[in-house]
Amino acid sequence: MAHRSPGRRLFAALTLTGLLASAACSAPGSDSGSTETDASAAPVTSATCGTGPVTLKGYFETGFPLPKNLSDEFTKQFPNVKWDIREDQFAVITQNAPRVLTDDPPDLMRLPQVSELVKDGLLKNLDGYAQAFGWDKWPASQLEQMRVSSTGERGDGPLSAMGLNFSMTGVFYNKKLATQIGMTQPPATLAEFDTVLQKAKDAGLVPINQFNGGATGGLAFPLQNLMAAYGDPAAINQWIFQKSGATIDTPTNLQATQHLEKWLKAGFFAPDINSQDYATMMSRFIGGKNLFIFDGDWESGNLDKQMAGNVGFFLMPSAQAGGKRAAMSAPLTYGISSKAKNADCAAFFLNWVATNQQARDIAVEVGGSHPMGPADAYMPEVAKDTVTASTLAAGATIGQDNGAMDFIANATGAIYAKGWTPQLQKLAAGQQKPDALLKSVQKDYESQVKD
Amino acid sequence: MPHPSTGRRARRARRSRVAWIGWLFALPAVVMYATFVLRPLLLTVQYSFYDWNGIGSSTWVGLANYGRLVTDPELFATIGHAFELILFFSLIPVLLGLFVAATIRGIARSRLATVARTVLFLPQVIPLVAAGIMWSWLLSSTGLANELLSAVGLGRLTRAWLGEFGTALPAVGIIGAWVLVGLCTLLLLAGMSKIDPALYEAARLDGAGPVREFASITLPSLRQEIGVCVTVTVIAALASFDIVYIATQGGPGNSTMVPGLEIYYLAFSEREVGMASALAVALVILVLACVIPLQRFARDAR
Repeated sequence: MAHRSPGRRLFAALTLTGLLASAACSAPGSDSGSTETDASAAPVTSATCGTGPVTLKGYFETGFPLPKNLSDEFTKQFPNVKWDIREDQFAVITQNAPRVLTDDPPDLMRLPQVSELVKDGLLKNLDGYAQAFGWDKWPASQLEQMRVSSTGERGDGPLSAMGLNFSMTGVFYNKKLATQIGMTQPPATLAEFDTVLQKAKDAGLVPINQFNGGATGGLAFPLQNLMAAYGDPAAINQWIFQKSGATIDTPTNLQATQHLEKWLKAGFFAPDINSQDYATMMSRFIGGKNLFIFDGDWESGNLDKQMAGNVGFFLMPSAQAGGKRAAMSAPLTYGISSKAKNADCAAFFLNWVATNQQARDIAVEVGGSHPMGPADAYMPEVAKDTVTASTLAAGATIGQDNGAMDFIANATGAIYAKGWTPQLQKLAAGQQKPDALLKSVQKDYESQVKD
Repeated sequence: MPHPSTGRRARRARRSRVAWIGWLFALPAVVMYATFVLRPLLLTVQYSFYDWNGIGSSTWVGLANYGRLVTDPELFATIGHAFELILFFSLIPVLLGLFVAATIRGIARSRLATVARTVLFLPQVIPLVAAGIMWSWLLSSTGLANELLSAVGLGRLTRAWLGEFGTALPAVGIIGAWVLVGLCTLLLLAGMSKIDPALYEAARLDGAGPVREFASITLPSLRQEIGVCVTVTVIAALASFDIVYIATQGGPGNSTMVPGLEIYYLAFSEREVGMASALAVALVILVLACVIPLQRFARDAR
């Protein structure tokens, strides 16, 4: 017995030493340094998919048929291009993005917040393509959110991603219930909106239903709308774009948060919002269980089908009569991995999505949102009484008022799940004060931006 | 005539060769274990000393991550939640399991016992994710739990059980209890079947009632099985992830955030791999600190 143990001990020691050596000899991540950051985009003369067989590797978001429909149409027009598509939920894509872009680089990928991906040099600089295809001649606001400087600040710098279309958000309402409480046209001011909400409450309806459960604090939608109703959307964008010195803890944002708290205390929201996910909110709204939801035009096509003729849309009214309107409006962001094999073909596809007539039809009919591209580009006909028509028209208003904002949830990769969501859930439960809420989110934001 | 010492040397050589051949047989398993258990474990320890986002370059920060662990109230709260879950994951299943096992043993001959065993063990067979989804329906504001309450005139108590600060963690705990009661019952039943029936007979001759029988014979004889139950369930509580992730994702407002979930958020959402590793190492130590004394207690029975 005794003489066997030295062998065993020796073996164990050898194994352990080997493991330690292999584990501890280098600091983690040092091998994947930022050598591949091609800070200057190579000039592109012609990016096409060629004529030989190409398989584009795509990583798309589950539950949204737009990219799949577009890729099918693309193959119809360019039969040499086949697709190898992987789909995941957005939350999974968010968590996987850095690893997938490094280890299994897709040619085309649905992207979460891009700042950190750019800092790590994981995304292809698209400036060369922008010049070659003339994307730089489009309205600058379309691409602004996807321009990222090397420090992670957004708003200007090299183009790191593209949109398949850009979304518009606001308030959807059930027309039948609206008539029932005498709302004949959308409220023009915040005060009018308050009155409508009170009327709905008095009539025994659920005025607003909004998902706010799990890790998805949907109260961020009305909150940001209220922020822009009280304050300047440009200042909110500064914060989202990580401009140095920007803060969310401003007097007008405090007014907005207090207004949201007032709505919560008045019982304008369904009592169980903290347990509802997005799908529950949608099914209840479609089932006619409440008057309003705060949501985006990616649902327009769906709602036109499921609540045909019974659903309306308006932009959040300003706090002042005749005040400018603002809305969260963001491109449906897709990017190309810096290690992608078929980057040229992927860029050609992105350009095709914005400029091809059939592609633009699909972008509106399936996606519900406004296509990317030049201001005077072809627009598909949309029936006037649909909610799709209202959301597209709202886009024009926002353009005039210069009121497009990105989402406060997109300021950093983790600010939504770890900052806004728990804080808004606490606000909904009456366990947090507006002032402390903004301070807490600002603190999280600063520590995340610093990293 | 061989020298005695050479004979011993030859024998020793043969034996050590046998030992090495033994290791050769174990090699595939050892390699797998080293690659998929030991190496990740050591790497986690290593990462915990760095500030690293998982992709870019890393900075050595020494014990700073561990420092934050004890100073950040949000991180510390997750450990408190895990201990609260022990109440539901361990105490309830073990107590209920004892009661149910004793009852089933009492009716061991009837078919009802088989049915009861199967029904109680069913939650173990259902994937935890499915269980979580099912329970989040049952506990939703329009779910069965609230409908039952309304039906018996307790409509005032109805609420979104998983969506309120006061009830979310207990509600998650109930899901865990439901899953683990079956396991404990089955383990304890197996233990009971090993007890010599003569002991019960003797006790009955001495005039002991069912309560006395349970306290003096059943309970002491089950010490080891109870030890196993408590160990398994305490680990399940401290390292819980799947049920919480499906039912609440840590919400509302972090009220059900547990270390396992926080590690996941830190690593994949906040991309603080170093901090996540530090919390993971702390969790391993915490689990060991709880489980080793339990094991010792169970073994002392012998």
